[in-house]
Amino acid sequence: MTHVLDPDAPAAAIPPRREPLAPYRDVTRSDAAFRAFLHGLPGVDQVGAESRVAVLGTRSIKTTAKAWAIDTAISMVDLTTLEGADTPGKVRSLAAKARRPDPGDPTTPPVAAVCVYGDLAGVAKEALTCTDISVAAVATAFPSGRASRAVKLADVRDAVANGADEIDMVIDRGAFLAGRYLDVYDEIVAVKEACARPGKDPAHLKVILETGELVTLDNVRRASWLAMLAGGDFIKTSTGKVSPAATLPVCLVMLEAVRDFRAATGRQVGVKPAGGIRTTKDAIKHLVLVNEVAGPDWLTPDWFRLGASSLLNDLLLQRQKLRTGHYSGPDHVSVD
Amino acid sequence: MTQLFEYAPAPESRSIVDIAPSYGLFVDGEFVDGSGTPFTTVNPATEEVLSEVASATDADVDRAVRAARRAFTRVWGPMRPADRGKYLFRIARLLQERAREFAVLESLDNGKPIRESRDVDVPLAAAHFFYHAGWADKLDWAGLGPGPKPLGVAGQVIPWNFPLLMLAWKVAPALATGNTVVLKPAETTPLTALLFAEVCRQADLPPGVVNIVTGAGDTGRAVVAHEDVDKVAFTGSTEVGRSIARAVAGTRKKLTLELGGKAANIVFDDAPIDQAVEGIVRGVFFNQGHVCCAGSRLLVQENVHDEVIASLQRRIGTLRLGDPLDKNTDIGAINSAEQLARIRELSDVGEAEGASRWQPACELPDRGWWFPPTVFTDVSPAHRIARDEVFGPVLSVLTFRTPDEAVAKANNTTYGLSAGIWTEKGSRILAIADRLRAGVVWANTFNEFDPTSPFGGYKQSGYGREGGRHGLAAYLQEADK
Amino acid sequence: MSTDRLAVRKTYKLYVNGAFPRSESGRTYEVTDPKGGFLANASWASRKDARDAVVAARAAFAKWSGATAYNRGQVLYRVAEVMEGRHAQFCDEVAAGEGLSGSRARAAVDAAIDRWVWYAGWTDKLGAVLGGANPVAGPYFDFSLPEPTGVVAVLAPQRSSLLGLVSVLAPVLAGGNTAVVVTSRTRPLPAVTLGEVLATSDVPAGVANLLTGDAGEIGPWLAEHDDVDAIDLTGAPAEQAMELERLAAGSIKRVVRPPAEEPDWSANPGLTRLTPFLETKTVWHPMGL
Repeated sequence: MTHVLDPDAPAAAIPPRREPLAPYRDVTRSDAAFRAFLHGLPGVDQVGAESRVAVLGTRSIKTTAKAWAIDTAISMVDLTTLEGADTPGKVRSLAAKARRPDPGDPTTPPVAAVCVYGDLAGVAKEALTCTDISVAAVATAFPSGRASRAVKLADVRDAVANGADEIDMVIDRGAFLAGRYLDVYDEIVAVKEACARPGKDPAHLKVILETGELVTLDNVRRASWLAMLAGGDFIKTSTGKVSPAATLPVCLVMLEAVRDFRAATGRQVGVKPAGGIRTTKDAIKHLVLVNEVAGPDWLTPDWFRLGASSLLNDLLLQRQKLRTGHYSGPDHVSVD
Repeated sequence: MTQLFEYAPAPESRSIVDIAPSYGLFVDGEFVDGSGTPFTTVNPATEEVLSEVASATDADVDRAVRAARRAFTRVWGPMRPADRGKYLFRIARLLQERAREFAVLESLDNGKPIRESRDVDVPLAAAHFFYHAGWADKLDWAGLGPGPKPLGVAGQVIPWNFPLLMLAWKVAPALATGNTVVLKPAETTPLTALLFAEVCRQADLPPGVVNIVTGAGDTGRAVVAHEDVDKVAFTGSTEVGRSIARAVAGTRKKLTLELGGKAANIVFDDAPIDQAVEGIVRGVFFNQGHVCCAGSRLLVQENVHDEVIASLQRRIGTLRLGDPLDKNTDIGAINSAEQLARIRELSDVGEAEGASRWQPACELPDRGWWFPPTVFTDVSPAHRIARDEVFGPVLSVLTFRTPDEAVAKANNTTYGLSAGIWTEKGSRILAIADRLRAGVVWANTFNEFDPTSPFGGYKQSGYGREGGRHGLAAYLQEADK
Repeated sequence: MSTDRLAVRKTYKLYVNGAFPRSESGRTYEVTDPKGGFLANASWASRKDARDAVVAARAAFAKWSGATAYNRGQVLYRVAEVMEGRHAQFCDEVAAGEGLSGSRARAAVDAAIDRWVWYAGWTDKLGAVLGGANPVAGPYFDFSLPEPTGVVAVLAPQRSSLLGLVSVLAPVLAGGNTAVVVTSRTRPLPAVTLGEVLATSDVPAGVANLLTGDAGEIGPWLAEHDDVDAIDLTGAPAEQAMELERLAAGSIKRVVRPPAEEPDWSANPGLTRLTPFLETKTVWHPMGL
């Protein structure tokens, strides 16, 4: 089958497959080998995983610990707008919020990144000049991923060309669920190559597993390993367009995966839960999970992000409460 | 930025509990003085004296038994079963209403983390009353024969590891089946039982239906030996269980015993490893290991031994030991100096016998009784730490190569209370569960409890069941048919 | 008439591990009818015979308890079938030993055979009647099943030499336990014949072991034996019962206390003799995707 964007694709020579890191170099040598490897990962008992996060959910984070957690969470936010109705104006106002989340309190840290569709990456980049805030762009026919690879790669190159520092790609869940793991792997590898930026480090690649469509925690573990082996810099739970999005058990399994992957290969991969994290309490539960499952090494914006929009305002309200000692309301934080 | 996520202290307020400077016995609906020398009960986390508690002598126990007999004959026995049930429902609700108070008091008196008293002990205690309340007027359908009849007065002696929960396990089925009780809480943890007495009063439970006699071993012996007791129920050590079985020999007293254990927690190489590690931790460090069904022997398949132990050690490194009232505490205090001495002694023996001791870097508080979570590897089945119940946060690790070997080693104990199996293979779970000689088998989970689920041991872990339809039989006369 | 043929008498021996040994002690004792007439010399089992019987019973436990309930039911039914074939012999022995009329002896033998049939039918009902699913408040499937206690020592009734014996032995076996039985001391002969029936009815060796002799002598050894899981004191000497129960406490044995007086064995026993030798095993498993 040919494709309009790349009529010669079938004829093009297939480049040799990029090997994963040691000690897993040979696991992608065939579909069968890859399947055997992924299915040989330890299973995840759902009830046990849920009971573990339930216990961690009872951690009581108060006073100084809470203050630290709120500021850390703010600094980890990928402030996101992914609407069909997004406009340059909306993106600029989001960027302003990203730089100074709480205009009334300059001690409030900036967020980690602003996350937009690829066509608006340039607007975001311009609005964030002279800051350390990254521009993240979703790509690869987000959110469904249902397009030819050529389209997806063009999408990525376009976003990178527009100034995206980070690419949030979606995996082909259809291929994953059909067991075509090498297809999924090859696509991530190809996207990673498309993240290249001349004269600069390549854009960071976040691989969205869309765990709500993978359904089982066994699949989450397998997809996490697949994405890490393919070179993803982050593994991310969800697009935010599918329910359920980020859940604590899913995040637990992904944190176990990055922990085990680093132990085996020496390479650290970040984790980004996205979608459905709306309250400070949710955010703190995630930080507790990071702290006690993957460990403190992941407790920085380099290794853990929270994909969210409304969360930021709740974090700000809680921050104000800690500072002033009394409660506040939605009129005391900015509407985005 | 390398600031660590340090959890600030998050202590549960103890202002909700009001501990009296001294407590009497609860007999016939009233608090009365005991005739013995009062004893003190101590917060094991600080060694602070919490209160002075009356000690019941033979005469006091006799008064309590007579009150229970009167209540049985005149009030509780003749009462409409549905009304008995309603009293139990009331008690269940009162426990829920005063849950926070019970949880704080339990952690103060016992040393267990507030997270456990709040999330396990107290809700389960209330659940036991709620569950048994419903049985009171449905005993004809319990499958225990037609018109099942209560035994009369139940003498109950309970341990210090789950003071309120063990009270609930004993009192709820006894009352639901129409018996009255004389209960002796453990000497080191009497306070929640005495608060429960107050709950009985708030529930307007008729006087004498529940009597609580505090004291040490002599008080317990008096309860067991009293000739007007029809039923003896005991939870505690196998050694004391033996002496109780001897004491009731030749009498009409019906006896149930829930004794010690040395449970095997079997991890196969295809286990869900992260959950298995959680299960190992929950199995042996829950309640500081003061659990008769603790998974104190880890049997791990040899080909995943190193991986499992590495994961386990990493996980144990995240356990938070300290102030039991801190909501983030995972490991609380050892209940008594005596128990701490026993744990130390057996651990030292383990090392002397050649096992390797591992403990995480863990600062122990200056005051109180503490023991860090401990893992022994290179344990042989002949070592004492592989055979004796430690009743503390001490895990012995043994290996196996085949399922047959796992079963043989798991069953190689005089106990038979519980066991764990971790594998993703369903048919293996059922086959191994079938062959384990243990009363409770947790597959891919551990230390789960529920009032609907019968609990009790094989072999020298005791006899009789608590919970479920089976638990009722312990408090009813043998059916003719 | 003219039958000058001299009858061939039977040597009454123990039944241990599927064989018929004499007592290792070499002892025998005289068994008489109630009027003192000589019936036979029975083996007088010693503590070492009891020890051997416990070893046999323990060895047989795994296979017998692991057999399907259907299979155990068929084996016990087979016992009834084989007993039926020896009906006359049992009648003679019961009549002689207990001093009963022919019709009363026959009633006892009939009831004994029917008791095997009763218990044969129970084996595959116990799980459903005594077990079940427990509706726990969480994502777990939780079920409880009855399982045999293990090796059960039985001090058989002293008076009812066959019906009483079957009434205490059959329920032990039906539940999947193995048994070491001390028979009636003065009326042991039907027990030995029952052993011959068991040996020829597909009951695996060691599952049932019958020791003729004195419960007062062997009882304490069995009560104190650490590898015996339960003891039925039905036939224990009244003055010794308390001491036996005390000894049994040493290894936390399940104990069935002796009745004040020997019951009417013809009554329907219900579950009363099954449940004391059954444990309840509860198994939990999570329910997740």
